[in-house]
Amino acid sequence: MTTKLFGEPVRRREDARLIIGQGRYLDDIGADAHAAAFLRSPYAHARVVDIDVTGALDVEGLLAIYTYADLTGPLAEPLPVLIPHPQLTHPRTGYPLAKDVVQHVGEAVVMVVATDRYVAEDAAALIEVTYEELPVVVGVDAARAALHAVHEDVPDNVAARHHQETGDVAVALAASAHTLSFTQYVERSAAMPMEGKGVHARWDADDKALRVYTSTQASTSVRAAIAAKLQLSLEKVEVIAPDVGGGFGVKIVHPWPEELLVPMAAIALGHEVKWTEDRREHFISSAHERQQRQEITVGYDDGGRVTALDVHIWHDNGAYTPYGIIIPIVTATQLVGPYAVPVYRVQVDSVFTNTVIVTPYRGAGRPQGCFAMERTMDRIAQERGIDRAEVRSRNLIQVDQFPYDQHLTFQDGRPVIYDSGDYVGLMDKLKALIDWDSVVERRADAEARGRLLGIGMAMYVEGTGPGPYEGGHVQVLGSGKVLVSTGLTSQGQGHETVFAQLVASELGVPMEDVEVTTGDTRRFGYAVGTFASRAAVMSGNAVALAARGVREKALRIAADVLEAEPADLVIEDGLVQVKGVPGTSIPLRTVAVLSNPLRYAFDEAAKQATQFAGPGDNSKPPVAVGDAPGLEHTDYYSPIRSTFASGAHAVVVEIDPATWEIDVVQYAVVHDCGNVVNPMIVEGQVHGGVAQGVGGALYERMAYDADGQLQNASFMDFLMPYASEVPPVVIDHQETASPLNPLGLKGAGEAGVIPGSAAIASAIEDAVGRRIAAMPISPTELYDLVRSSAADRVTNTDPTLPTLNTGAMA
Amino acid sequence: MKPAPFGYADPTTVEEALDVLSSEGEGAKVLAGGQSLLPLLSMRLAAPTTLVDINRLPGLDFIEAGRDGVRVGALVRHAALLASVEAAGVQPLLTRATANVAHPAIRNRGTTVGSIVHADPSGEMTSVLALTDGSVTVATPGGPTTIGWREFFVGPLETSVHGPAVVLDAFFPALPARSGTAFAEVARRKGDYAVCGAGVVVTVDDDLRITAARAAYLSVGLVPEVHDLTEAVAGRTVDSADWAAAGALARGLVDPDGDLHASADYRRLLVATLTERTLADAGAEAVRRALEAS
Repeated sequence: MTTKLFGEPVRRREDARLIIGQGRYLDDIGADAHAAAFLRSPYAHARVVDIDVTGALDVEGLLAIYTYADLTGPLAEPLPVLIPHPQLTHPRTGYPLAKDVVQHVGEAVVMVVATDRYVAEDAAALIEVTYEELPVVVGVDAARAALHAVHEDVPDNVAARHHQETGDVAVALAASAHTLSFTQYVERSAAMPMEGKGVHARWDADDKALRVYTSTQASTSVRAAIAAKLQLSLEKVEVIAPDVGGGFGVKIVHPWPEELLVPMAAIALGHEVKWTEDRREHFISSAHERQQRQEITVGYDDGGRVTALDVHIWHDNGAYTPYGIIIPIVTATQLVGPYAVPVYRVQVDSVFTNTVIVTPYRGAGRPQGCFAMERTMDRIAQERGIDRAEVRSRNLIQVDQFPYDQHLTFQDGRPVIYDSGDYVGLMDKLKALIDWDSVVERRADAEARGRLLGIGMAMYVEGTGPGPYEGGHVQVLGSGKVLVSTGLTSQGQGHETVFAQLVASELGVPMEDVEVTTGDTRRFGYAVGTFASRAAVMSGNAVALAARGVREKALRIAADVLEAEPADLVIEDGLVQVKGVPGTSIPLRTVAVLSNPLRYAFDEAAKQATQFAGPGDNSKPPVAVGDAPGLEHTDYYSPIRSTFASGAHAVVVEIDPATWEIDVVQYAVVHDCGNVVNPMIVEGQVHGGVAQGVGGALYERMAYDADGQLQNASFMDFLMPYASEVPPVVIDHQETASPLNPLGLKGAGEAGVIPGSAAIASAIEDAVGRRIAAMPISPTELYDLVRSSAADRVTNTDPTLPTLNTGAMA
Repeated sequence: MKPAPFGYADPTTVEEALDVLSSEGEGAKVLAGGQSLLPLLSMRLAAPTTLVDINRLPGLDFIEAGRDGVRVGALVRHAALLASVEAAGVQPLLTRATANVAHPAIRNRGTTVGSIVHADPSGEMTSVLALTDGSVTVATPGGPTTIGWREFFVGPLETSVHGPAVVLDAFFPALPARSGTAFAEVARRKGDYAVCGAGVVVTVDDDLRITAARAAYLSVGLVPEVHDLTEAVAGRTVDSADWAAAGALARGLVDPDGDLHASADYRRLLVATLTERTLADAGAEAVRRALEAS
C-alpha cells in the first residue's frame, strides 16, 4: 500500500469497531461500580429552603447522599468561569450542588450513591426538598425586558455587553443611499449527542491516585480541574476520554458538576462510582444554544452594495456563563461572512434567563451570525430588485484582497484576518451545482404538481483552528509499530484515520503500522480540546511536525549505518534507503532499535543495540549531547491566529399548500477547508452538519413554557431529524490552502451546520412570498404566517424570477 | 430513567394470568410488546406493582382472516399484521394503517392489540378499530366478553375495562362490498405520532353512485372519532363528487386541541385536506372493486 495518503479518501479505521458494538463508551466501563443519581430542581427559579433525606435512609443499597453542605474546600466554591473576558462584567456560575438558589429546572441539588442506578433513583425519589419559588425569566425578550432578575445582583439580567466596531457607523448610515431596519429571531436547539455525558471514577487508596473516565471533549483540562477542585496533585490524576458517542460542543464545557462529584464520592467511598446521564437529564441539565434576537440596520447603495451595517443582538446565555462570551464573540465577528462591509458595528448583550446554560453547539454562534447577514442580503436583493446571488456577488471580498483584515477581534483574542479564500469561486460553483438559473422552469414544474417551489442560498466564513496550541507525539517501536498520540479528544470525527494518514505520509510507513491515541492524559498531558473545527488544523499539524522530527532523527541514525548523507535517504514502506541505490537500506524498525543504546537484550531485535553488538565510535558517548534515546519526537503547533474556511449552500424546497409541509428536495454545498486530508471524512462532516442545519431550521426547538419547564425534553417531542428528514446532499470542494500552517489546512467540523437556517428560510420565503423572520419554522407556523395579514409580503422584483406565489395564500 | 421496583409474573395460561391480576389488584399491568408501557415505567410516569407478561400465553399469536373480518390475537406484532396478505385482502385498512405505525424496530415488538388497549387517540389501530366498527374480546374471571369500540374507548389512554382482564384479540370487520379505503397521515417526522391522520371508507351502489363516506381521525380528539360525511357526496359519482365539500364538512365536525407540534386550527386544516385526499383515493378504489365484482 502506498504511504502517500494525504488527500486520499481512506476508509475510516474506527468504524468497524464502532458500528459492530465493539466501541468502549463510558457506560461500558465499570460494571461493578456504584451508581450515582441526581435529584434535580423541578423549578426554574427557587430558593432551596430545606432538604429532608430521612425518607431515603432506609432504602436498601443506599450508600451515600450528598448535598451542598457536604462539599468542602474548592468544591464548595462556584464552578469556574472557564473563559474570562473584560466585557463579561457579571459572570455567574453555579455550584456543583445547589447552594441557596436554583436557577433552572434540572440544576443538581442532591447526589445519591447506591449499589446500582435503580436503587439510587428509588432513594432520590424519597428525598424531599422544600423550595420557595421565585419569579421566572424565560426567553431573550423577557430577559431584555428585565421585569424580574435572574441573579438578584445582576442589573438588567445582562452578563456582558460585547461590542466591536470598525468605523463610525452612524455617519456611514447617514451617508448611505438606502437603509433597512428589521428584527429577527433564532430559537434554541442543542447538541444532543447520541451518548450523553458520563463519568466513572476509580480511586487507588494505596497509590493515592485517581483515574477518571469521562465523556468529554477536553480531558487534559478536566484533569486540571479535578486536581484543583479535589486538591490532588496533578500527577495523581489521570483522565481518559473513552470512545465518545458524539460531542458537538456540549462536552467541551467542564468541569460539569458530575465530573467533580463522582470522583469525590469514589474517594470517599473507596469504591468505583459511575454516573451515566440519561436523556431527560441531558435535556435539562447539560447545555443548549442558539436563541438570539437580532436588530439589524443596513445601509447600501443603488447597486445593493453594503455601505454600513449596525447590529444589536440579544443573546440568551441561560442561567450561568461558564463558557464566557465565546458565542457572542463568534456571532459578532463571523456575521460579516465573505463580504466586504466598509463600516460595521456590533453589540451583543448576553442576558441571563432561568433556563439551561448556553454554551457552544456545533456552529457556536455562527449559524446566527450567518442568519443575520444572509437574510440582510436577501432583503437588499428584494428591496433593490436584484437577484439574490448577484447582490451577494457584488459584496464579496475578491481573490486579490487576501489576506483580508476585517478589523475585528476573534474568539482567540487575535485579529480576524482572512488568511486565504476564493469566494467568487464558491459562488460560481454553487450556482452551477444547484442550477440557480433554472428556477423559473422548476417552479413551473412544481406548480403543475400542486407544490410551491423556492430556492435559497447562504454563504459563510468560518474561523477555524484557534489556538493556543496542540501537541503530537510520534514514536517508532522496535517492532515497526508507530505510536501516535495527541491530547485532544475524539468523538467520532475520524481522528484515528486522519492522524494515521498524516503520520504515514510524513514518515513513509504503511498506515496499518500506525496506532493513534487521543484524549488520554496518560499518553499526552498537554492539550486544549476538540472544538471550533480545530482538530485537523491543530493536532494534524502537530502530529505531522512530530513525524517530521522522527523522520529527521531516523535519517540521521540510518545515515550513520548506511554511510550516506541524510539528504540522500528516503523512507518508503517503512524502509530507509539510499536514493537510487537499491539494496542499500535498513528497516525503520531497526533504526528504532539502534536509536536506543542498550546494556540488556531482551529479544533478538534488542541484541543489535547492545554495547558489544558491533564496533562503536569510542570518541562519542552512546547518546550524543543534546540527543535522546528512542526514535520518538514530540512537537507542538501553535498558530499565529485562526484560519478561515468558507463555503456556500443552496437549497430548493417544495411546499404543499394544503398541508404546509416543507420538503427540502435539493441541498448543494460548496466547501473550502483548505487542503483536504481525507475528502470522504470532510464530506461526512458536511453531511452531519447539514443534518443538524436542517434540524435547526425545520424541526428542533426548546419548548420552554412561561414557568421555565421544558415541554419537549425527550426524543419523542424534540424533533431531531431522522435520516428520512435529511435531504440528499451534493458537494463540490474548493481547496484554498491556508498559508498559516505547514499542511495548509483549515477546519471542517462545523461548516455544514452554519448556513442551514439562512438558506432554508430564504427558500421558504421564495416559495410562499411571506417574510420569514424567525427560525425554525414548522408547518403549523407556516400556516399561521401565510394566513396572517400582519405578515410581510415579499414582493420579489428579481427579473430572473416570476412574481412570488402570494396569490396561493389569498 | 430507571423504573421503580415492580413484581413480574409470566403466566402460561390465561387463567393463571387472570389469577395474578386478581390477586395484585389495580396495581398490576399487562405487558405485551412494551413499546408504550416500558418508556412510561422508565420515566416513572407509571409504577405498576406487578407486570403480568402475557408473551408466554399460548394461542394468542394468530391472524384469522375470514369472510366477516380479521381477528388479530393479542401477541401479533405490528410487523406480522403489516405482512399479512390475507388480512389485507379482507380489510385493506389494516396494512395501510399499520404501515404508518412508528418504525420497523417498534413494529417488530409492539402489538396491534397492545396499541388498541393503550387507547391512545394518536394511535393508528385505535382509529382503524373504530372506522371498521370493530370490537375486542376480553378474558375476565367471569368468562370472555366482547366489547365494541364505542364502549371500549373511554378517554385518552383509558378503556372501559377495569379489574382483572386480558384482551385476547381484536376483531376488524371486513371491508363491505363496493367499498374502498384509504389512510393517510401528516407527521412531523416519518414514523412519528401523526399530527393528524385520517382513515376513510367510501361505498358506492350498483350505479357507482356514492352511498356512504365515513372517516376516522387520529390526534384530533380524546378518543377515536368516526364521522359520517355521506351527506356531502351522497348520490354523486366519484368523479363528480365534491370531496373538498366533504373535507369542509369534516373540518366543522372535529374539535381538536393544539399542542407543541400543531395548533388546533392547523389540525382542522389537515382534517379537511386529508379527508379530501383520502376520500378521492377510497372512492376510486370503491369503483374499481365494484366493477371487479360485477
